Amino acid sequence: MQLIQRLLYVAEQDSCRVFGKPGTTMLAVLVSIVSLGIVAQQCQAIVIYTGWERHALVGSDIRLSCSFFSWRWTSEDVTFSWTYRPDGSRDSISIFHYTGGEAYLDNKGPFKDRLEFVGNPGRRDGSILIKNLDFNDNGTFTCDAKNPPDIVGRPSSVRLLVFEKVPIQAGVITGAIIGVVLGLLVLVVVIYYLMRFLVARRVFSLNVSKHGKKKKEGSQQRQGPAPPADPSKVKAAASEKKKQESRKDKK
Amino acid sequence: MLILLLGIILLHIAALVLLFVSTIVSAWTTGKGSTSDLWVNCTTSCVPASAGEWIQAVQALMILSIIFSCLALFLFFCQLFTLQKGGRFFLTGAFQILASLFVMSGAIIYTVMSPQWVPETDTFGYSYILAWVAFPLVLISGLIYVILRKRE
Repeated sequence: MQLIQRLLYVAEQDSCRVFGKPGTTMLAVLVSIVSLGIVAQQCQAIVIYTGWERHALVGSDIRLSCSFFSWRWTSEDVTFSWTYRPDGSRDSISIFHYTGGEAYLDNKGPFKDRLEFVGNPGRRDGSILIKNLDFNDNGTFTCDAKNPPDIVGRPSSVRLLVFEKVPIQAGVITGAIIGVVLGLLVLVVVIYYLMRFLVARRVFSLNVSKHGKKKKEGSQQRQGPAPPADPSKVKAAASEKKKQESRKDKK
Repeated sequence: MLILLLGIILLHIAALVLLFVSTIVSAWTTGKGSTSDLWVNCTTSCVPASAGEWIQAVQALMILSIIFSCLALFLFFCQLFTLQKGGRFFLTGAFQILASLFVMSGAIIYTVMSPQWVPETDTFGYSYILAWVAFPLVLISGLIYVILRKRE
């Protein structure tokens, strides 16, 4: 749902830009008309981006990123605020506020002395760093950014999950085992066919060379040195193999 | 002759269906009002199964057994038309026996590891039993393929 809403916002902003330019194409006009029909909001709306979910280990630090997109220039009165709602609770408390060029951190609540502002408001980044995580920090963090006069927007939330040890994602081992076994199967089949092909080619080339040598000796009519024993031995072995294979198949 | 062929194919397909049902339906462990299986844990609402390593291994083994059994069926039909007279269905039998080994390993791993992720009061559900029933069927089917000779 959030993805659809984000797409609609983007479509709306496209329409905003398109109207600003003269000589727009038919498609752009159609898109803008449709998007304005679906979402009756102002052309200017601020879009806030945070993650969807964050996983972290107990005792580690985590950086919650928050950035926004706005059609206006970044004003000097830009504000960021973070609120926290613990898992299973309905109340949220405010833990961070940046306004007028100053960052105000939580000094009474659960994140006292654990917060740090690591964002860059000039670059539209309002990220915070939480140190020394605990199991009580599980919950939803909501970032709200305002860029006057662009103040209409929806805050975005990121869920924090704190683990004792990072679990393996569902499906990784499953996929790995299936992939390895199927890969082995394909490898065995390929090797089998390769061996058959190589043996057949070797037999074919030996046949050709033997016929060639016989022709040479016959035309020159002299007793040359006997052909080396190896190729004939290999050829005999290969033909025996073939006979054995056909015997097996007949069984 | 035709009856034998039909019987063998039916056995194979029955074992395959058992494998499918056992893997897909959510009832490896049942308790009062809760069922859990390879993929989800359901009480009143369904939650994806704990992403432990062993349960993923069981998932993979069951899926692999289904794949190998399907491949064996396909190979059986191929070999039926291409094998020489008097030949044995070695490849089909080999795949079927491999599939039965996978089912056996999956069921054994689940049996051994289930106390870890299932409360004591829950009992094994029918999907688990189907997996154990499918294992000898697939094994017998594979052995029949190995012994069978092609005639006519």
